[in-house]
Amino acid sequence: MDLYRLKIHELQEMLQRGEVRSREVTESVFRRIDDVEGKVGAFITLMETEGLECAELADRRIEGGKQDGLTGIPLAIKDNMCMKGKRTTCGSRILESYKPPYDGTVIKSLEGHLSVPVGKTNMDEFAMGSSTETSYFGITRNPWDLGRIAGGSSGGSASAVAADECIGALGSDTGGSIRQPAAYCGVVGLKPTYGRVSRFGLVAFASSLDQIGPLTKDVRDCAILLTAISGHDRLDSTSVDIAVEDYVNSLDRDISGLRIGIPKEYFAGGIDPDVEKYVWDAVKELERLGAAYKEVSLSHSEYAIAAYYIIAPAEASSNLARYDGVKYGYRASSPEGLLDMYAKTRSEGFGREVKRRIMLGTYALSAGYYDAYYKKASQVRTLIARDFDEAFKVCDLLLTPTVPAPAFKIGEKTGDPLQMYFTDIFTVPANLVGIPGISVPCGFSKDGLPIGLQLLGRHFDEATLLQAAYAFEQHTDYHLRRPSLDAGRGK
Amino acid sequence: MKISKEEVEKVAVLARLALTEGEKETFSSEMSSILDYFDKLKEVDTEKVAPTSHASAGRNVMRGDEVRPSLSKEECLMNAPDANKGCLRVPKIIG
Repeated sequence: MDLYRLKIHELQEMLQRGEVRSREVTESVFRRIDDVEGKVGAFITLMETEGLECAELADRRIEGGKQDGLTGIPLAIKDNMCMKGKRTTCGSRILESYKPPYDGTVIKSLEGHLSVPVGKTNMDEFAMGSSTETSYFGITRNPWDLGRIAGGSSGGSASAVAADECIGALGSDTGGSIRQPAAYCGVVGLKPTYGRVSRFGLVAFASSLDQIGPLTKDVRDCAILLTAISGHDRLDSTSVDIAVEDYVNSLDRDISGLRIGIPKEYFAGGIDPDVEKYVWDAVKELERLGAAYKEVSLSHSEYAIAAYYIIAPAEASSNLARYDGVKYGYRASSPEGLLDMYAKTRSEGFGREVKRRIMLGTYALSAGYYDAYYKKASQVRTLIARDFDEAFKVCDLLLTPTVPAPAFKIGEKTGDPLQMYFTDIFTVPANLVGIPGISVPCGFSKDGLPIGLQLLGRHFDEATLLQAAYAFEQHTDYHLRRPSLDAGRGK
Repeated sequence: MKISKEEVEKVAVLARLALTEGEKETFSSEMSSILDYFDKLKEVDTEKVAPTSHASAGRNVMRGDEVRPSLSKEECLMNAPDANKGCLRVPKIIG
């Protein structure tokens, strides 16, 4: 049996029953990586030695009768989460050799479970991008078509899950960076409510929008991983002290009577016909399962991209001021004085997209432009949030495509930043408003590319999202299909 | 809105970036078209709308002023590009 193909919940049972050892699973995953990583490019750093050591410890714990959730399960981590003593690059030259002196809270949680670290996954530099093409460490390819992008910024985590190079993964989502690559790669990805998961040890991009979440092979795995990382953390004062529900055991709750809202603005045009067809098929499937749907209006939807691409770069320009070549990270050689050292270090250390966003953010916050851009965008953010509040008065969930079209070709949008930004059109509102969202596979295009369905829920109502996603998944088989990497369709 | 090369240079100084001539040209045209797109927000009436700066309800989080373990000096300096005698070293500032 190819152990690397299995899911978290399948391996949990096998480990508990002693049918398999974590060491065997871990070895299987690393042999899979040997076979396909050259094609996919999902990782920046692999951790085979540490992984195998951890698997041994996990096996001993399991022998002692203590398999708790993720013990012995090989997981991949996006390279913007700090792991003590392990290189954490954020996909950037400026952090090329940075080794954090501490663990992020999610990493501590996983270590507490004794899950097995597989490696740190590739990402757009500082999570700024929608295709994992802006990483200093190279492009990640889509396992379904190696000539296409994996999405971003958590493209490495999404493609590692899709290519079975890990059993599950963590990503981060600032404007769609978990859900969008999950849709492109045919896996499940969930952005939790802002404050549900601690951001301590997550390298900051836009602090009012960033959130860590799971990328997995199915919805049950997503619930398992979300449970493991959720909760209040005194080290992140924006994490919220609200009890974590039992996401796993509430999964198969009946969804009859569930009210699903279809935001009409999201279907107003510009959606790929295959995407539109499969998303509507999903609506019908959920209706068949007892849910009711109705059209709703989110009238400020068309302004979300503009608001987001002002707010996120504004926060980023401020957050990234810390990279100055003094305390850690890259420093340019032979500068002429301190100011020259700052400027040279940052110009050599940051890539094009990061510089573009720092410039945009600095401009939007600068004297004379603050009111016209940053303040205006923050007011529009309020109006977008009100739209969602109104919609959630008449429905329990919102259903939309995750992205307007399937994965695009590598290089197709790198020359036009605005076109790249538009791929986030359906995902950014959840970050602006702080609500949870999940993307689940709901079909395949004529070219055989995965299509994702997005469900959005009320603040801290991940349980309902997962129940609806799980019900849908139980009656479809899209999540069971796997890319055939042997065919080597891409170049 | 057209962003001139001079404006790009001004913003680059604020952002502590040393841009090449080529980057200045590219950013001037890219930022112009992106800012043009942002002008779309002018269509929205935001009179009397309070801005939202954070997705969670704003409340201050307080804690006691207690001494807790923290990183050692060595740990703090281990990633420094240039450190000496327990200090970060930077180019000379005072002439």
